[in-house]
Amino acid sequence: MAILVDRNTRLLVQGITGREGLFHTQQMIEYGTNVVGGVTPGKGGEWVLGKPVFDTVKAAREATGANTSVIYVPAAFAADAIYEAIDAGIELIVCITEGIPVRDMMQVRARLDQSKSRLVGPNCPGLLTPGQAKVGIMPGHIAMPGNVGVVSRSGTLTYEVVYALTQRGIGQSTCVGIGGDPINGTSFIDVLQMFEDDPQTEKVVLIGEIGGTEEEKAAHFITTYMTKPVVAFIAGQTAPPGKRMGHAGAIVEGGSGTAAEKIAALQAAGVTVAEHPEQIPDLL
Amino acid sequence: MNLHEYQSKLRFAEFGIPIPHGKVAHSPQQAYEIAKELNGPVVIKAQVLTGGRGKAGGVRLAQTPEEAERHADAILGMEIKGHKVLKVLVDPASVIQKEIYLGITNDRAARKPVIMASAEGGMDIEEVNRIAPEKIIREHIDPFLGLRDYQVRNLAYGIELPRDLWKPFMKIAQALYRCYAESDATLAEINPLVIDGEGQLLAVDGKVSIDDNALFRHPDLAELRDTSAEPEAETRARAAGLSYIKLDGTIGCMVNGAGLAMATMDMTKLFGGEPANFLDIGGGAKAETVAMALRIILSDPNVKAVLLNIFGGITRCDEVARGILAALAEVKVDLPMVVRLVGTNEDEGRALLEQAHIPHMVTAKTLAEAAQKAVLAAQGA
Repeated sequence: MAILVDRNTRLLVQGITGREGLFHTQQMIEYGTNVVGGVTPGKGGEWVLGKPVFDTVKAAREATGANTSVIYVPAAFAADAIYEAIDAGIELIVCITEGIPVRDMMQVRARLDQSKSRLVGPNCPGLLTPGQAKVGIMPGHIAMPGNVGVVSRSGTLTYEVVYALTQRGIGQSTCVGIGGDPINGTSFIDVLQMFEDDPQTEKVVLIGEIGGTEEEKAAHFITTYMTKPVVAFIAGQTAPPGKRMGHAGAIVEGGSGTAAEKIAALQAAGVTVAEHPEQIPDLL
Repeated sequence: MNLHEYQSKLRFAEFGIPIPHGKVAHSPQQAYEIAKELNGPVVIKAQVLTGGRGKAGGVRLAQTPEEAERHADAILGMEIKGHKVLKVLVDPASVIQKEIYLGITNDRAARKPVIMASAEGGMDIEEVNRIAPEKIIREHIDPFLGLRDYQVRNLAYGIELPRDLWKPFMKIAQALYRCYAESDATLAEINPLVIDGEGQLLAVDGKVSIDDNALFRHPDLAELRDTSAEPEAETRARAAGLSYIKLDGTIGCMVNGAGLAMATMDMTKLFGGEPANFLDIGGGAKAETVAMALRIILSDPNVKAVLLNIFGGITRCDEVARGILAALAEVKVDLPMVVRLVGTNEDEGRALLEQAHIPHMVTAKTLAEAAQKAVLAAQGA
């Protein structure tokens, strides 16, 4: 089963001819992901890595039946790429791009809420269902199929945890990077709900960080709706207030969004919170 | 990126918001000249990118140009919360009948901008929210529709603004929204918006913060950045495209990825140390990036040990190790260094580092081991 991406994923790559897009498309194909084509305006009709390139998402969708798209275009054009995918009726849009202005994301979010599309990201490593499909930039070989669902706002910290799980023989159902921006398409709650409903997933690892209140909302959701055990880690206990810690969304503002608040909320919800990421395999 | 008060108010004025017609002085003599020109009582205000100026004595009233000069002399060079005052704003002093708060910010949880007004102007809005949240009137703004007039009327009604001021208040609120939207601001606030002696609305103090991610489309605003109050290493790191934040500890941290960087800092604390910085070097860990990052870390005299924690995913650990060795050939590190490589080919990567026999450098397998070793090294053990 797994969630969001699997063998049925028919993936379109927006920005397939760019440096990042091309590199990661090759990685995704090597992993076995069903990449059906790409989009680069002005390069329609060309072929790269054995895949057809289209000028528009609409044309690509009509020709390939793509149901998922992944976006590697620069920040200045990323919002437009997301709107284009929404309008073409792509069901799942995964945006890797970092640095999209928050004003653009507020508009994107308002548009998404009126559409049937789901956005994962932006500023995220994407999705990985071990053994089936990799959409984004996660290193595929650090994961193995199994029953632990992983959801995170981070990139390399997620890899660290996934790798540690794999080293201990604990496989993953799906790894989901929801991204480090203050406004994103898919929340912790959305993914927790999917893991709760997914028969393959037995346990969940949630990796949060300072800024915002998504972890607190997740804690409330876990108390109210979840039957599967959740282990969490929250990064940023030593982060000073008022400073953005790399991720646009990782900031303690007006005294709220601290790691301590999030840890307390999760613990109150019965979640086991690891002191450091290497404890997670044992806590599972 | 935060703008100074005088920059924020000039930006407001561009959108038609009435502001006092003061000027910036860099010396007591300039303050004297400006006060003379303004021909009346003036306020001398320290221009620093931090709050609490008033309490620190950075805002003073002067009746005469001579007094303005003396106050400017006292304020210039003053340190307010670690920020040195290099310029003061000399504004005509306003007669204040009433102080109002009016601000727009991004409501992260609602995923929309929110405009807020309060009759309790002059106070920090977070303080008002803590002691009397009911005194803040809020309207969420649809990012496509923008601020609607009825929403501004809701604010005016909610803060019991006299009806004769609703029209100018409407103009100011709409101008503030345009300023916020067209500047890609994350905060645009007038505090206080005063009713002055003539019964007119006037933006006496203001604050604008710009979304760093949007600066690419606002080159004019990007030029307003004042780097004088931030550590020089942060300015250099930004120019190099690295995300660096200086902290007060002794363990210099270099990590790829923001989340892992925070987790690494937390680990040093967990084992009894203190991180000297946050530093995300991004993916790949190329030699020139590592070299630049090392230079930035070593420029902090408090650093007693360096901790490198790199996850090698698509860029394998042996490639990362070669990058680190190339960087170390360029930058000499006299401090103890702990390197932890994890991920693909980590054993090969670690072996490469160990075979190079770099003085003061040790490797670690786990993050816990790396943090413990770094803490011990920083303590001089």
